[in-house]
Amino acid sequence: MGKRLMLGNEAAARGLYEAGCEFVSSYPGTPSTEITEFAAKYDDIYAEWAPNEKVAMEAAFGASYAGHRSFCGMKHVGLNVAADPLFTISYTGVNAGMVVCVADDPGMHSSQNEQDSRHYAIAAKLPMLEPSDSVESKEFAKLAFELSEQFDTAVMLKMCTRIAHCQGLVEEEDRVNVEPKEYKKTPQKYIMTPANAIKKHPIVEERLCKLREWAETSDINRVEEGSDNEYGFITGSTSYQYVKEVFGDKYPVLKIGMINPLPDNKIKDFASKVKTLVVVEELDGIIETHCNTLGLNPIGKDKFTKLGEFSQTVIAKAFNIEKEVPFHFQEEIPARPPAMCAGCPHRGLFYVLHKKNLKVHGDIGCYTLGAMPPLNALDSTVCMGASVSGLHGFNKIAPEYSNGTVAVIGDSTFMHSGVTGLINIAYNESNSTVIILDNSITGMTGHQQNPTTGINLKGEPAGKVCLEELCKSIGINRVVVVDPYNLEECEKAVAEELEADEPSVIISRRPCALLKNVKHPGPITCDTDKCVGCTACMKIGCPAISMVDGKCSIDATLCLGCGVCGQMCKFGALPLRKEIAND
Amino acid sequence: MTKNIMIVGVGGQGTLLASKILGRLFVTKDYDVKVSEVHGMSQRGGSVVTYVRYGDKVYSPIVDKGEADQVISFELLEGARWVEYLSKDGVLVTNTQQINPMPVITGAATYPSDIEMKLKDMGVNVDAFDALSLAEEAGSAKCVNIVLLGHLSNHYDFTEEEWHDAIKACVKERFIDMNIKAFELGRNA
Repeated sequence: MGKRLMLGNEAAARGLYEAGCEFVSSYPGTPSTEITEFAAKYDDIYAEWAPNEKVAMEAAFGASYAGHRSFCGMKHVGLNVAADPLFTISYTGVNAGMVVCVADDPGMHSSQNEQDSRHYAIAAKLPMLEPSDSVESKEFAKLAFELSEQFDTAVMLKMCTRIAHCQGLVEEEDRVNVEPKEYKKTPQKYIMTPANAIKKHPIVEERLCKLREWAETSDINRVEEGSDNEYGFITGSTSYQYVKEVFGDKYPVLKIGMINPLPDNKIKDFASKVKTLVVVEELDGIIETHCNTLGLNPIGKDKFTKLGEFSQTVIAKAFNIEKEVPFHFQEEIPARPPAMCAGCPHRGLFYVLHKKNLKVHGDIGCYTLGAMPPLNALDSTVCMGASVSGLHGFNKIAPEYSNGTVAVIGDSTFMHSGVTGLINIAYNESNSTVIILDNSITGMTGHQQNPTTGINLKGEPAGKVCLEELCKSIGINRVVVVDPYNLEECEKAVAEELEADEPSVIISRRPCALLKNVKHPGPITCDTDKCVGCTACMKIGCPAISMVDGKCSIDATLCLGCGVCGQMCKFGALPLRKEIAND
Repeated sequence: MTKNIMIVGVGGQGTLLASKILGRLFVTKDYDVKVSEVHGMSQRGGSVVTYVRYGDKVYSPIVDKGEADQVISFELLEGARWVEYLSKDGVLVTNTQQINPMPVITGAATYPSDIEMKLKDMGVNVDAFDALSLAEEAGSAKCVNIVLLGHLSNHYDFTEEEWHDAIKACVKERFIDMNIKAFELGRNA
């Protein structure tokens, strides 16, 4: 079979396939999402979107327990959600091989923090492999299953943005046929009561020692000789690529492929052969700290930042290698932050929240962009589900705020971890108004199905959670559905529900404007004879609207004809929705 | 020797497809290739960049300041933003289309004037043309990426057929004719 270009994520999925993996359960999260999407294209793999990462990991554990090789993938913050099963699965071990992928996002291209997930492998005492390109993404995924079964442990595969979303040449190989493992009831292995868990802990420690021995001899941690031993680099992942880019084969490199446990003897032996030991790793100084425990004290975070992504320039600068940057544009260049798309159904609702000057507890998704000017309609964004639970605490302790405060959360995020917060609102009775922004898809990560869409990962009809019935069954009596393209309807509902003396849910329902099956009327035009240039239409922050020569101008390549701007115009220069659409 | 290309633009303009086609083309010429993309939040109308690197052996997945042999810009302001990445002998192939970023729309910032002229005055080798009109002529504003690739093709020795094959391998069957037309319009612009 030939080589072809694959994203690191596609290569990892290919690795799952070739390793005979049969079960994949994940929750989407940039930059991990495509592993599961590519895995779903193989008929031999059952793949699903779970409501959250904890559920996904437990499902993958169940599949492993039943005797079939399993996988779950998530972004770094998703692993926080799944940390509970992770730490105890470390104790139970596995039946068939189980691999947990976590994808970090240094530089926070699409994340709310920059945590270093390698800490989890150390804390949970699990082996973690760290590929440095697409080839290794596939190879390490396969190796992870071998190690999982050999050492009776879940194995972590750690990706990051520049590995996950970089395409490299990968050779396809055949899938191996793995016979399912027999299911045997073994209470002392799988029932983690204190009595059993106490006996498992020493086994976990022993396993780490054995894995360390394996790491000493495996060429996953390999020395690449150099011609000059003035410096010797210990590095892995993307940092390895940057070091090689700058120095080529000049200095020796100990390339680390398994970040936990680290090979002490190999590291000490390497250090003894170079004059100055340098550790290059993004984010925290994990290899460096380990070297320090070995008494090696390498150059590390004193020279390389803990912040953001590295590049070849970061490495070069640390060694005083100057690079020419010949061109600078002399004027200030306006920033181009991401914005809600033209036609985005969130815009109308957010305009109402902005207009009413409400306090808005936000959540994770495209609607975080409601924080941007000119809407400025968010007061907080922390993590998945925090809008709903945060609102409860806010209103409970400061009821004077409750008539002017709401939570906003997307349909997928609500399924992920918003519903538990809403249960708390119903149970502990805070006078809270939660707005579910139901755009019928998981938007920001690139259109994944979720339990409210009625379609599964493979595109087949599936179970469908009805948000209205779910909220009512929890004990929320006031549930109202609005169309976010209709500003008047939204404003009325928000006013009424804030006024009400009990918890309420507003479901703002319109499918994501980018969904292919959603039909739009098409671009509108501004009647410049009627436009007086008042700029009222600019207040909604639509990227399709700008002022040209003092009049409103609509970018026909962007405008979908949602009709929200028409409701802003008092002079009839922009059409209303009913004038352009039949809905 | 590794060659570096950057494709820059506004999220949603189709930079990913352009990089996919380039990657495909270089692979058929037996080069080692890496293509780095950005997914997620910045795809929502933000400034986006894709790196394409090819050569005998490619290590780093990204291109850094002063390293790009070509910057292909889908939008004029983005060309100015990323010109720092261009090497001394590099060429900036840019669409003259202007898309206002949100700070300009809200009036918090102004879109710089005469960007093309200013870039040329800086000594940048600028190859600017109106790719949007040609894309519309080909059948859809969405083809702007292929029009730009067509124009870029003049900077390479690959045959027209090799470019066509790479395009055909990366776009849906029913869009092939439109995209080939877009490529030709860009190549002859």
